[in-house]
Amino acid sequence: MTEASVNLNNGGSMHEGTETVLEPTTTAHPLTPVFTRVVRVRRETKDTWTIWIERPDVYPGHRPGQFNMLYVPGVGEVPISIASSQRESAARIAHTIRRVGPVTSALVALRKGDYVGIRGPYGSHWPVGSAAGHDVVVIAGGLGLAPLRPAVVELLKLRRKLGALALLYGARTPEDLLYQRELAKWRQVLDFQLLVTVDRGTRDWHGHVGVVTTLIPGISFDPSRTIAFICGPEIMMRFAVRELLSRGVPPNQVYVSLERNLQCAVGFCGHCQLGPKFICADGPVFPYDVIEPYFLVKQL
Amino acid sequence: MAPDEGRAETALLLRKTRFQDLLDHLVQAGYRVIGPTVREGVVTYDEIHRVEQIPRGWVDLQEPGKYRLRYDKNNPFWFSFTPGPISLKRYLFPPTQTLFRVRRDNGRPRAEAVIPDPPRYAFLGVRGCDVRAVAVQDRVYIDRQGQFSDSYYAKARERCLIIAVECQTFADTCFCTSMGSGPQVQSGADLVLTELPDAFVVRSLSDKGQAIVSALELPPAAPEQVAEADQAVREAAGSMERRVDTTDIRNLLLRNLENPRWEEVAKRCIACANCTMVCPTCFCFTVQEVTDLSGENIERRRVQDSCFNPEFSYAFGTIVRQTVSSRYRQWLTHKFATWYDQFGTPGCVGCGRCITWCPVGIDVTEELQAIRNSDGERGASA
Ligand SMILES: Cc1cc2nc3c(=O)[nH]c(=O)nc-3n(C[C@H](O)[C@H](O)[C@H](O)COP(=O)(O)OP(=O)(O)OC[C@H]3O[C@@H](n4cnc5c(N)ncnc54)[C@H](O)[C@@H]3O)c2cc1C
Ligand code: SF4
Ligand code: SF4
Repeated sequence: MTEASVNLNNGGSMHEGTETVLEPTTTAHPLTPVFTRVVRVRRETKDTWTIWIERPDVYPGHRPGQFNMLYVPGVGEVPISIASSQRESAARIAHTIRRVGPVTSALVALRKGDYVGIRGPYGSHWPVGSAAGHDVVVIAGGLGLAPLRPAVVELLKLRRKLGALALLYGARTPEDLLYQRELAKWRQVLDFQLLVTVDRGTRDWHGHVGVVTTLIPGISFDPSRTIAFICGPEIMMRFAVRELLSRGVPPNQVYVSLERNLQCAVGFCGHCQLGPKFICADGPVFPYDVIEPYFLVKQL
Repeated sequence: MAPDEGRAETALLLRKTRFQDLLDHLVQAGYRVIGPTVREGVVTYDEIHRVEQIPRGWVDLQEPGKYRLRYDKNNPFWFSFTPGPISLKRYLFPPTQTLFRVRRDNGRPRAEAVIPDPPRYAFLGVRGCDVRAVAVQDRVYIDRQGQFSDSYYAKARERCLIIAVECQTFADTCFCTSMGSGPQVQSGADLVLTELPDAFVVRSLSDKGQAIVSALELPPAAPEQVAEADQAVREAAGSMERRVDTTDIRNLLLRNLENPRWEEVAKRCIACANCTMVCPTCFCFTVQEVTDLSGENIERRRVQDSCFNPEFSYAFGTIVRQTVSSRYRQWLTHKFATWYDQFGTPGCVGCGRCITWCPVGIDVTEELQAIRNSDGERGASA
């Protein structure tokens, strides 16, 4: 699909921080999925798989950081971030899924040719377009790399328009690293600072060991003109944000992606509220200054 | 022209002896009439056909954690009760609804959406608070800036008729005057009735309402009758004792997310979720997968849920709101603070249901005042 055929709709956005939102797949009731086929499955780690599906005709296209609701009949439906950019392929959509419970187990058990239900895309996105002219620091923890991957793909296409570009990625162990081939390819990209760390090394791991925030001093960027995208466990995001702010990155240029229980994805079931925000419709990507008053309150 | 004069000019009179005609006409016009009636010791909303089903002469006594009904044979009034546990939410947004069924064409699954076909309800005897609750729900379910409108609710709403009856008596738990939702009904209903001992003053606020009064050929009300009815409602409004100070209430609550009062109320709250179930504006739901034994028939249902249920906030393998204090805080701040951000209106209409039906008698108005009195105090976080 070309950019031009994407249905851009401004009215749908309840979000201050991002520009445009694509209208989600519309069916008779907004909670009704359409079915499509799995075209490829790749095992990433011992508990995580990437699944590519055929783009349904009614699916309008997405932006980095948005998510879809994936549905397995008889099992259930869950929110899963979109792990591919439509600039890579217009025909298929990737999701990287960690097996943690009934629905994700059913999703990762799908094989090429199987059907899966999808509705989406939903939510706000990483403002990749506004990164031009900035230094960009992307920080991913664990599965948090999945929703950031399409942003990195698009940032690399914009590379000439950016200042410094860095990706800091932390995983539990070397075996938990996602997209290993792609990481190897990205390492070859000039002017792209890619640093990887693990919480626990193994004998043949020669890279960094330690939490992802310990990588920040190792990259060069100009804080005041930096835009940062962060996704990972909340505790990791708290530390990463604190570190960036203390170095002088303006809070409205730091973006975080949050996760909450989420059943409808259209700002309606009430589960995903964090203060006044619906994570599904106002988020999941928020400028940090907007979400900070709620993000820091325990059990909100 | 003063607004009251406008009200007087258009006011009609429905004698109580003709009330059955109204019910009959509504049925003839294709409506299913849902009105107040006594069931299992409470005034509920249910389908009614006869005036005898209206709780004429019944008076409710409501207090924190208590509800009683008393019959007074000398009471000429038909609507001397305030809201019972059931609100229009049950009809406009049923607690369980099938969203879609999964069909298979040669192995390819297809989600067949259930096309909503709600009855044409005529809601009768709706009090100011509940009329406002529908207006609040409209913002939640329909008016979402082109976002998502709920097809069942939207259709049920479009088809329904609302006949309000203004309150002239209040329960101890009512605080509609603080929330600006009653007892007078100025908008949101199709017809507004104000009771006199032997008749109702009737005002029509919509074309749908106008069609009903025209068909009944109601005579105009005499100015004295209108004045008497209005006076009774005004006096009653003045006598309401329970109050909420809504001054800057959104910011008050949002700057007190770590107030020690949340811990205090959590010592009493048993997280039973009654308050959210009876609240006419609470809308949260969960979605369930329902499969028969063969696994062939699969459907997805939306079911009413509550922020007091621990699993409500289950995500990334944990419960985000572990403590009861965090769940009570979520509820109260949603109603009185974040609802403004989301829908431009408070989520509370002052019906008092949550106060009456709380088994331990927790009173929102008291909790809000306690927060106000301890504004700025910080305790151990929730
Ligand atoms: C915006 C967003 C993006 C996400 N992106 C990804 C991703 O790219 N890859 C990935 O692997 N995971 C992602 N998740 C998390 C994923 O949705 C959960 O792991 C998944 O819901 C777990 O369901 P389960 O049945 O396998 O496991 P369990 O944790 O056992 O869940 C049991 C049931 O609880 C409910 N449940 C659990 N977690 C959630 C939740 N967050 N929201 C709603 N219901 C829930 C479901 O109904 C589920 O069936 C994302 C979550 C959000 C909110
Ligand atoms: S919060 Fe309580 S008083 Fe307010 S509308 Fe809901 S049930 Fe009624
Ligand atoms: S406030 Fe009362 S009704 Fe609400 S959950 Fe707590 S105990 Fe139950």
